[in-house]
Amino acid sequence: MARSVTTRHKVTATAAAWVVALIIFFPILYTLITSIKTEPEAIAGFSLWPSGTFENYITVQTQRDYFKPFMNSVILSVGSTILALIIAIPSAWAMAFSPTKRTKDILMWMLSTKMMPAVAVLVPIYLMFRDFGLLDSRIGLTVMLTLINLPIVVWMLYTYFREIPGEILEASRMDGAGLWQEIVYVLTPMAVPGIASTLLLNIILAWNESFWTIRLSTTNAAPLTAFIASFSSPQGLFWAKLSAASTMAIAPILILGWFSQKQLVRGLTFGAVK
Amino acid sequence: MGSITLQKVSKVFGEAKVIPSIDLEINNGEFVVFVGPSGCGKSTLLRLIAGLEDVSGGHILIDGKDVTDAAPAARGLAMVFQSYALYPHMSVRKNIAFPLKMAKMEQPAIDKKVEAAARVLNLTDYLERRPSQLSGGQRQRVAIGRAIVREPSAFLFDEPLSNLDAALRGTMRLEISDLHHQLKTTMIYVTHDQVEAMTMADKIVVLNRGNIEQVGSPLELYKTPRNLFVAGFIGSPHMNFVTGSYAQSKNAKTAGIRPEHLILSKDSGLWTGTVKVAEHLGADTFLHLDVDGIGQVTARAGGEFGAQYGDRVYLTPDEAKLHRFDDKGLALRA
Amino acid sequence: MATQNTKTLARLMMAPSVLLLLVWMIVPLAMTLWFSFQNYNLLDPSNVSFTGLFNYQFFYTDPAFFQSIWNTLVIVVGVLLITVIGGIAIALLLDQPIFGQGIVRILVISPFFVMPPVAALIWKNMIMHPGYGVLADINKFFGLQPVDWFARYPLFSIVIIVAWQWLPFATLILLTALQSLDGEQKEAAEMDGANFLSRFIYLVLPHLARAITVVILIQTIFLLGVYAEILVTTNGGPGYASTNLAFLIYRTALLGYDVGGASAGGIIAVVLANIVAFFLMRAVGKNLDR
Ligand SMILES: Nc1ncnc2c1ncn2[C@@H]1O[C@H](COP(=O)(O)OP(=O)(O)OP(=O)(O)O)[C@@H](O)[C@H]1O
Ligand SMILES: [Mg+2]
Repeated sequence: MARSVTTRHKVTATAAAWVVALIIFFPILYTLITSIKTEPEAIAGFSLWPSGTFENYITVQTQRDYFKPFMNSVILSVGSTILALIIAIPSAWAMAFSPTKRTKDILMWMLSTKMMPAVAVLVPIYLMFRDFGLLDSRIGLTVMLTLINLPIVVWMLYTYFREIPGEILEASRMDGAGLWQEIVYVLTPMAVPGIASTLLLNIILAWNESFWTIRLSTTNAAPLTAFIASFSSPQGLFWAKLSAASTMAIAPILILGWFSQKQLVRGLTFGAVK
Repeated sequence: MGSITLQKVSKVFGEAKVIPSIDLEINNGEFVVFVGPSGCGKSTLLRLIAGLEDVSGGHILIDGKDVTDAAPAARGLAMVFQSYALYPHMSVRKNIAFPLKMAKMEQPAIDKKVEAAARVLNLTDYLERRPSQLSGGQRQRVAIGRAIVREPSAFLFDEPLSNLDAALRGTMRLEISDLHHQLKTTMIYVTHDQVEAMTMADKIVVLNRGNIEQVGSPLELYKTPRNLFVAGFIGSPHMNFVTGSYAQSKNAKTAGIRPEHLILSKDSGLWTGTVKVAEHLGADTFLHLDVDGIGQVTARAGGEFGAQYGDRVYLTPDEAKLHRFDDKGLALRA
Repeated sequence: MATQNTKTLARLMMAPSVLLLLVWMIVPLAMTLWFSFQNYNLLDPSNVSFTGLFNYQFFYTDPAFFQSIWNTLVIVVGVLLITVIGGIAIALLLDQPIFGQGIVRILVISPFFVMPPVAALIWKNMIMHPGYGVLADINKFFGLQPVDWFARYPLFSIVIIVAWQWLPFATLILLTALQSLDGEQKEAAEMDGANFLSRFIYLVLPHLARAITVVILIQTIFLLGVYAEILVTTNGGPGYASTNLAFLIYRTALLGYDVGGASAGGIIAVVLANIVAFFLMRAVGKNLDR
């Protein structure tokens, strides 16, 4: 009796969950399907059965050179994340293991810089970039993304480091480890999972950042966000090709996200939710 | 070698004066136990000695050398933490070897020392395991192993057994005592477990609010507590304190009598009391009594002494074992 | 841990990130403030002059200004409502034992990984397009007139798109929080005879309070600056119907070349964001301090 009730409950819940999940995923799924339709098929009304052509992908690559913005996205997101980690790890170490009365305030302040609306500083940043010749340069955008994500990186690392018992670091000090050895042999290996999920989340955030990357780049440094935003103009708008381009823009990070979702969740919560 | 001297050592955290000023002499090879209620500064004092905290004032000398400003590693001490503080990402072997590696010892010499320590601590079969794959007692032994390979001039233990269950605690207690007899190295041991303090210590230091109340051997503290605090803290169950006319008749503000020094009888005695709770432990029976004209009193009776809730019994304090305290709480000697 | 040595070292280690962020915050902000008092047009850069509060007055009297503030609020509040309520519902559902939990989670989290311009393009063309979108197909199937979403309900459409992007985030955090709710507590409540609703109100919701706070804090940070979704779909229109403050400033600066005006708008945006941040940080600070 009890068993059949729980089974029935499980079947109902499963059906409901799958319906919800598919509705949420549908826009992505439909884009995927449309991307392997022919153009006439794509505008011929609702259909989940494409003829399965890869023509659109080839066209996007040859006409719009997908590879270049893709490489830019990789360089910008990975570069800015690593740069941010290098700056943030020592800070997070200090805040987690040598906290003062002001540590919390400093963290809150750092986070609040993220609340500063980007548009408010668009003009000076734009002018500075123009005057320093950084417009449309990878270096300029990397620095930009590093600064934007730095508060989040510090915060995430801080919450991970704080879970490492201070006694273990003290034990290493008693054992004769200097600061450098303490960080290399003890802290970092213990924090690897946390550092990894910080790295992942920030690659994703940087990959998808679409204010500065669109505004401060034109061609040379333009990553996929700018590449895809250029499709919004009506000319040359073809459904299937647009779908192919969209798929190419999101696929790398979507796959990365799928594989790392477990690590991501905890990072996403800023350690505030267990 | 391993004599440790504290001269007017004090510690302030922000506004809080956790340790006002402490002078203490620890001789080479001694087993010294710090006891005191929670929050009295035992761990702080130990960490000051270890160098994990700066002193706010005073000096710390090890073997006559001033180490007040020396880094923890330079003091030649080893510490065993309450949480064990093992490196979770290293095998037992690597954990024990870590201090040797930091000291840049050759690998063959490291292996030899690690294996010798593992033999002493019964860890030989576990050397390749991670700490997470060990029991609490085994983890504790790894922590001790990591301490002994360094051949420190003194060991510092901060409540090392408090995470273990009662049976294991008994075994580990013996093992640590045994280790002390083998190594003959100075050990400083923090606990708030009476039994650990009484059984292991050569010398007990009773702390209260960052002050030393008394220093002495376990029996000294038991027999001749210097004041009310020590009298009440050492011994289990606690000493009974009696004020009023009985104390006055003994020329004291407060009279103290241990539960084991009350003579119980079913038919006659100085005081009469009603049994509130009787704890039958087998060998002993502890009676919590409401004594007429005196108040709450705890008494120890033999295991055979049958008593139940509500029974009337007679008690007589053993006058020879009576402790007397003046109005400042200091012990009065005959 | 806390010897003088390590403390000094710690200050030193913190310096780079603190200084960088300080410079990053103060320099552009000071420049914006300076520009906001200038008459400065990029089309005529040789002719820069002090105008006092004229730019603010100009911005303030522009009807688009109030509309854009209103639109900003609608986007933030609308998306928060949808994602928090929807997130709780979906999290409760996913917390049940179901077949294929792993795949369902992957499907639900996916929109979070989609970059804003792609999300906007997908919804604009695949879903909401009055000629070829799926919603139009559905309407046609039922013999109804297709809706031109972005012309008729521009702001609502944008809220939907942004909510779609953030729903996975809310769901995931709430689900994580739900899963940490003690099974024994739930069982005890069931034994006490609490029905689903009272269990939800007295047990689940208080337990989720912290997670909801986190969702609101983090989403608000990002929602105040929604930009790409508007750029790609409505371009702020029709008229100013879907222009939020961020987009209005962008329009003034880079389309109107009016540096002074845009800077005044920027300062106003900073003040508004600070008001929001103040209340948010206070609430969050309290809630996060265990
Ligand atoms: N880093 C610190 N900052 C401020 N106060 C501290 C700090 N460390 C300890 N204290 C305070 O100093 C006092 C003594 O603490 P300590 O840890 O030495 O007590 P303890 O005797 O070891 O107690 P327990 O038996 O509970 O371990 C406590 O009141 C504690 O709150
Ligand atoms: Mg302690």
